[in-house]
Amino acid sequence: MDWLTEHKLPVGDAAEAVFDWLQEHGGWFFDGMAVAMEALIEAILWLLQTPHEMLVVLLFTAATAALHRSWQVPLMVFLGFLFILNQGYWEETTESLTLVLSACVVCMGVGVPVGIFAAHNPGLYRFLRPVLDLMQTLPTFVYLIPAIVFFGIGMVPGLIATVIFVVPAPIRLTHLGISSTPKALLEAADAFGATPGQKLWKVELPSALPQIMAGLNQTIMLSLSMVVIAALVGADGLGVPVVRALNRVDTGLGFEAGLIIVVVAIMLDRALRWKQ
Amino acid sequence: MSAVAFENVSIIFGDRPASALPLADAGKDRGEIQSETGQVLGAHDCTLSVEEGEIVVLMGLSGSGKSTLLRAVNGLNKVARGRVLVNDDGDMVDVASCTAARLRRIRQRRVAMVFQQFGLLPWRTVAENVGFGLELAGQGGKERTETVKRQLALVGLADWGDRKVGELSGGMQQRVGLARAFATEAPVLLMDEPFSALDPLIRTRLQDELLDLQSELKRTILFVSHDLDEAFKIGNRIAIMEGGRIVQTGTPREIFSNPASDYVADFVANMNPLGVLTARDVMEPGTGNGAGEIAAETPIRDLMPRLKEGPLTVTEAGAALGRVTSDSVIARLCANS
Ligand SMILES: Nc1ncnc2c1ncn2[C@@H]1O[C@H](COP(=O)(O)OP(=O)(O)OP(=O)(O)O)[C@@H](O)[C@H]1O
Ligand SMILES: [Mg+2]
Repeated sequence: MDWLTEHKLPVGDAAEAVFDWLQEHGGWFFDGMAVAMEALIEAILWLLQTPHEMLVVLLFTAATAALHRSWQVPLMVFLGFLFILNQGYWEETTESLTLVLSACVVCMGVGVPVGIFAAHNPGLYRFLRPVLDLMQTLPTFVYLIPAIVFFGIGMVPGLIATVIFVVPAPIRLTHLGISSTPKALLEAADAFGATPGQKLWKVELPSALPQIMAGLNQTIMLSLSMVVIAALVGADGLGVPVVRALNRVDTGLGFEAGLIIVVVAIMLDRALRWKQ
Repeated sequence: MSAVAFENVSIIFGDRPASALPLADAGKDRGEIQSETGQVLGAHDCTLSVEEGEIVVLMGLSGSGKSTLLRAVNGLNKVARGRVLVNDDGDMVDVASCTAARLRRIRQRRVAMVFQQFGLLPWRTVAENVGFGLELAGQGGKERTETVKRQLALVGLADWGDRKVGELSGGMQQRVGLARAFATEAPVLLMDEPFSALDPLIRTRLQDELLDLQSELKRTILFVSHDLDEAFKIGNRIAIMEGGRIVQTGTPREIFSNPASDYVADFVANMNPLGVLTARDVMEPGTGNGAGEIAAETPIRDLMPRLKEGPLTVTEAGAALGRVTSDSVIARLCANS
């Protein structure tokens, strides 16, 4: 036993060495990424915060109505927003929605192409799957540390942590959708002389659309579940009052902010469950 | 010139097709080849040419390699040896060795396919499915809409263009499949058991419709069937396959009256003779002195009601060939079973 404990494998040291190396040589890359993400976040935040809040509320309600063609869900969304305004959490809500929306843009923008590529290269997916498992099972706090190291504190590391946790979902679902395209349909496309591009756009993507939409839904819900963690690295939003309440052992504040997160989650979930 | 020609085509599924060829040449069957080399023999040494405007039916038991051979025509199956020539505007192009761009052109304009399980895109409307081939070939807008409309009318689905394919019955879905294949105006049609998934009444109706359409459109059709009645009804010629090899090619009459092997004879014995026999087949030779006259090529179905009048004299080009009686018909029918 002694021998075993004396020869501890240097897992921690190795990880640190890797991160040091990345920081030294990949600095420009991470800086560039930070700039792009910052811009994305600023743009979405500007869109949500510049107009009058009632206008934004009405726009969201109208969008829900357009998706559902019924009155119950839009009404619920509208009432949810009124409750948020009543509790005075409008600003935090827009910040959290910004985080969720930018996470959507990044996760879908990365996840769908990667999922397609993996579906077309089964060998690659065999290598990718354990990485995805790792990203989803590694406790989120663990990759908050390098997120801070590379991106400092603020919205950007919050977004990065969110993306790392969330992006496996759209990758997996896109992969599933594309690779379960019925063979008969691909063959029909081949028989009529489809190019690989035509096959992707006219057969594989439409066939995978339900799974890709499920991926979008999961992306949104999982991103929302990250708002408190993101607050730990300095991201603004509904997580901030929760963290503050935790530090001050303020039960009332904790419940208030927590309830707002639940309300937002229910609104998003219902709004996104429309029949196609 | 033929529209499609198979020249000594061998198709082998597996990673080392070359290892199976010598065994196949030595006449070994699929089981032996698989246990020795791990390769699956799909088709071997098949030679067949299909003339323009002709319907040739590939016939055989399940696993005999009909689909495998058919799918070589548009390159869905890779050929291990031999050539599959398709007439592309006067050039005979070997689809097994031509470039990808040429193959795509052939698939878009020269060879269309109808599938057993239809192969329609369920998220599209009927009209969008019919226009699929044209869309892939880059034909757009108004021209495509017009063609689609015409094709839908042709298969009797003019009012169904805006429906989703899932709302249609199997028979109607296969009409959509036919319309999609007709729409590209490809001179060669490949049909892999297009009517097998349908119930018998609908099947018979679609067979009749196909023959009607063919008399108008005059395409070259390579048709796969495992049903000899269907093959006889549709085919100008029939190629019978067994274990990946073509064992007999001929007109329905040649195959019926002269089966090349027990395998073919078994098929023939199991079919409905009323669909094939003509007055010539059921007559007793002689000069005949019947109550009426009947042409040698009259199908037996049309002949039998007239037997009530008494024996009939069979004539060809004015000369009497023999005589048909109830007894001679029964004798001929018994000879086949
Ligand atoms: N993609 C493939 N990979 C491996 N073996 C195949 C493949 N396609 C066909 N085969 C084999 O080739 C042989 C011939 O199959 P094929 O599908 O041509 O038969 P068929 O005459 O069309 O029969 P059916 O009436 O059942 O459709 C079969 O033994 C089949 O298992
Ligand atoms: Mg088949």
